[in-house]
Amino acid sequence: MSDRQRGDAPALAPAPRAQAGPAPRWREDFPVPWAADHYVTRRELAKFLTLGSALLAAANGVIAAVGRWGRRAPPASRTVITKASAVPAGGSLLFRYPTADDPCILVRGDDGVLRAFSQVCTHLSCAVVHRADRDELFCPCHHGVFSATDGRPIAGPPTRRLPVIRIDQHDDDVVAIGKEP
Amino acid sequence: MSERAFFIDYSRCIGCQACVQACQECDTHRGVSMIHLETIQRRDTVQTAPQVCMHCEDPICARVCPADAIKKTPDGVVQSSLKPRCIGCSNCVLSCPFGVPKYLASIDQMMKCDLCYDRTSVGKKPMCATVCPSQALSFATIDEIRETRAGSPINEWRFGAEVVRTKVYVMAPAEVRAVTIDRLVRIGDGPSARDPDDVAFLLEEA
Repeated sequence: MSDRQRGDAPALAPAPRAQAGPAPRWREDFPVPWAADHYVTRRELAKFLTLGSALLAAANGVIAAVGRWGRRAPPASRTVITKASAVPAGGSLLFRYPTADDPCILVRGDDGVLRAFSQVCTHLSCAVVHRADRDELFCPCHHGVFSATDGRPIAGPPTRRLPVIRIDQHDDDVVAIGKEP
Repeated sequence: MSERAFFIDYSRCIGCQACVQACQECDTHRGVSMIHLETIQRRDTVQTAPQVCMHCEDPICARVCPADAIKKTPDGVVQSSLKPRCIGCSNCVLSCPFGVPKYLASIDQMMKCDLCYDRTSVGKKPMCATVCPSQALSFATIDEIRETRAGSPINEWRFGAEVVRTKVYVMAPAEVRAVTIDRLVRIGDGPSARDPDDVAFLLEEA
């Protein structure tokens, strides 16, 4: 900083150093611009893992809490499905309960008892149909089979039973009164 | 409005140390100033000169860092060393032609002026430029500087064969285009003659 070069007398100044060509390969891994720096230190990784795990645990807690206290099943509504006499032995009838988006099936088994189940297969949500000759509910998508007596899976991919629709009979009216999960 | 830049006008410095005190108040390095307030020819004058980081376009401190700890942001500000990476080797301290980086042994880390990045990145002035009563340190647009100052701002430095361009400007007489330092001392050679302005020499004399 002792001397200053005059603008019109550049003779004293040495020529600017020529550029040494492209940057070496290793410089790509250790760039000076911050935007190009993608190196993750061990401490940063540890911090990320710790915070990420804590967040995951907290999210699980929230989901569990919502499942335990947050969601309340809607009060069961009473819906008249059909006349009991309309369903013969070995016959079935489709209906919607508790909302129009919930397809269900009413079957009369070989023993003459009326039972109702959700029609949504617990495997991949296809609609099950009643096979009167075997007294079972059959899902044609992946050949899943449920018992028409209690809705439990008998064969094929499903592992969970079909939700049962509780029904009641008043005179000749079949009434849906609730849904078991 | 053009972008604001940092300007140092050494001739305006009155040595009040306001910039040093303001810098010390920053929470990221409380109590330690990142500004060097240099004395110039102490024997003959009380003139002082503030030295902030010049934020070189091609920062040699970052290039010599073996730990990849010094980074330059897209807006051209060379940041202080990254705490998880700095190994305290002082390569940057030795390499900086302006003598800016400081090695702080207490935290085993290099720290330097980062142009108050928390402030300047949101359009505020750096602390030192905010408090400087004579505006030897100012953060303004180049148009404002041209209107209010006699000299011309320059940002080119020639250290022997090395040309350094900086983000920070210094005010110089209008005809000067670059600052040339041609009195270079090789490390290990030692001074060829006793420097009468050397502080150690002055103390010996006293």
